[in-house]
Amino acid sequence: MTHLETYNKIFRGMFRKTDEELPELKYRGIALWDSIGHMDLMGELEEAFDIRIDTQDVLDFTSYEKGKEVLGRYGVVIE
Amino acid sequence: MEFYQINPAYADNLMFLDDAGERVTYGDFAVFYESVKGRLRERSLLFLFCENSVGSVFFYLACLNKGVVPLLLDANMDQALARQLLDTYMPDYIAGPRRQAPLWDVPACAEAFSYAVYENPAVKAEEADKGLHEDLALLLTTSGSTGSPKLVRQSRKNIAANAASISEYLELGPSERPITSLPMQYTYGLSIINSHLLVGAAVLLTNRTLFEKEFWEFFKSAGATSFGGVPYTYEMLKRLSFFQMELPSLRTMTQAGGKLMPKLHQEFAEYAAGTGRRFIVMYGQTEATARMGYLPAADALRKCGSMGIAIPGGRFRLMEDEKTEILTPDTVGELVYEGENVTMGYAQCREDLAKGDERGGLLFTGDMAKRDSDGYYYITGRKKRFLKLFGKRVNMDEIEQLIKAEYDGIDIACTGEDDRMRIFLAGKDAAFCLQAEEWLSQKTGLHVSGIRILPIDEIPKNEAGKTVYKNLPA
Repeated sequence: MTHLETYNKIFRGMFRKTDEELPELKYRGIALWDSIGHMDLMGELEEAFDIRIDTQDVLDFTSYEKGKEVLGRYGVVIE
Repeated sequence: MEFYQINPAYADNLMFLDDAGERVTYGDFAVFYESVKGRLRERSLLFLFCENSVGSVFFYLACLNKGVVPLLLDANMDQALARQLLDTYMPDYIAGPRRQAPLWDVPACAEAFSYAVYENPAVKAEEADKGLHEDLALLLTTSGSTGSPKLVRQSRKNIAANAASISEYLELGPSERPITSLPMQYTYGLSIINSHLLVGAAVLLTNRTLFEKEFWEFFKSAGATSFGGVPYTYEMLKRLSFFQMELPSLRTMTQAGGKLMPKLHQEFAEYAAGTGRRFIVMYGQTEATARMGYLPAADALRKCGSMGIAIPGGRFRLMEDEKTEILTPDTVGELVYEGENVTMGYAQCREDLAKGDERGGLLFTGDMAKRDSDGYYYITGRKKRFLKLFGKRVNMDEIEQLIKAEYDGIDIACTGEDDRMRIFLAGKDAAFCLQAEEWLSQKTGLHVSGIRILPIDEIPKNEAGKTVYKNLPA
């Protein structure tokens, strides 16, 4: 599985969306992506990519698209 | 003078700051109140759709001053549930953010600070306002989430006594600046606002979450001195490496809304002790206005895992049954609280708003607890079928009824622990359960990660046909 496939799979599973809907997703834009969802999302991404996302980046992870950029800082290239 | 009344001594004090840059003084509230008080009838019922903003808290305080009884609801609550509550209680007014479409097709009768008030076109002025008990001041939901029409009736004495007690044991003063990390319609969030207004402090209003940069920017720029959190808030803070943050203005952290894991309690107590701050674990329920117990900061480490002692003016005891008090230490019994903040009782329909005090200052909390030989209390479990999901109290019987009503004739059992509710559906498949999870989460506003709906062949029952919850899979 490519990084993009893994990334999308986590988003689909957590927020119950289709691939087409993912690019629109933003933190607090849907009910499921609230603080609790965000905490779970960070945990799943850390586990899947074996990284530790630091505080600034947890706060910077404001959307599906922005998240790709954030993960790039950890050498996880999603394209 | 009560916390909501206009105190001329505070006129120049800053009262609220919000993250949109709005700054208002206590004097500004007095001016606002003069301009709206003639638009609201005394002893009427108003639904206030709340957010943490100046308009929302100003109309809440205007209601209390005018003798209008507000029911506080979440501005983002499910519309269908809001309409059910409207049908049940037939309020005289609705107030909410101006950007939201009004639920009634009438022009606003008052507007200020991005909030608007609408008068119910179905209620005629001359026949309105009957049947609210004279002591009734405020209504809060028991569990805003399940859409149950059950409300807690709070009197003027209740809210005044609790605000005074809280500001006393937290030793609040006018230099405090709490930041709203909790919604104002949530009793704990509201108690933070009330207790600080009593001492002329400024409250920092934001709807941002801890996971937004803007929250921390506002925290720092406005110099927040304290915040309150439910157990889940403290887990988020850990995730954010809170202990490494530079927050020079922070003095106090409070925790309520469920029992914090002893390990987290210890870590935050150690952090506070090491940085010259206070960490105060507290205990309360909407049925007691907000607060009943607190663990003094000085005891945070020594009595880790305890929720402390009764607040000033209150008293705890443990009961074996309705009549027999437990006097020996370390013995579990039902926790009973006595104090002026014990609310009048519940309401299930509009007629109930005429009822007087049904509790006489005594509350059987439904929580099981023990007391150590120094007199400190420890919550050990619950007597009734409640659990907490991310700080919100959830009645599992109400959840069962909600699902049964949606999926006609389904057999179901709801069980679980805090932050992990499990619901079993008989004779359904996994796909159906997944869909039901989504529906329930949407309906209740409870986060889906706290809900697991699972298929089961048959719900275990006893001979009388009652569900045997302990026989459900773990």
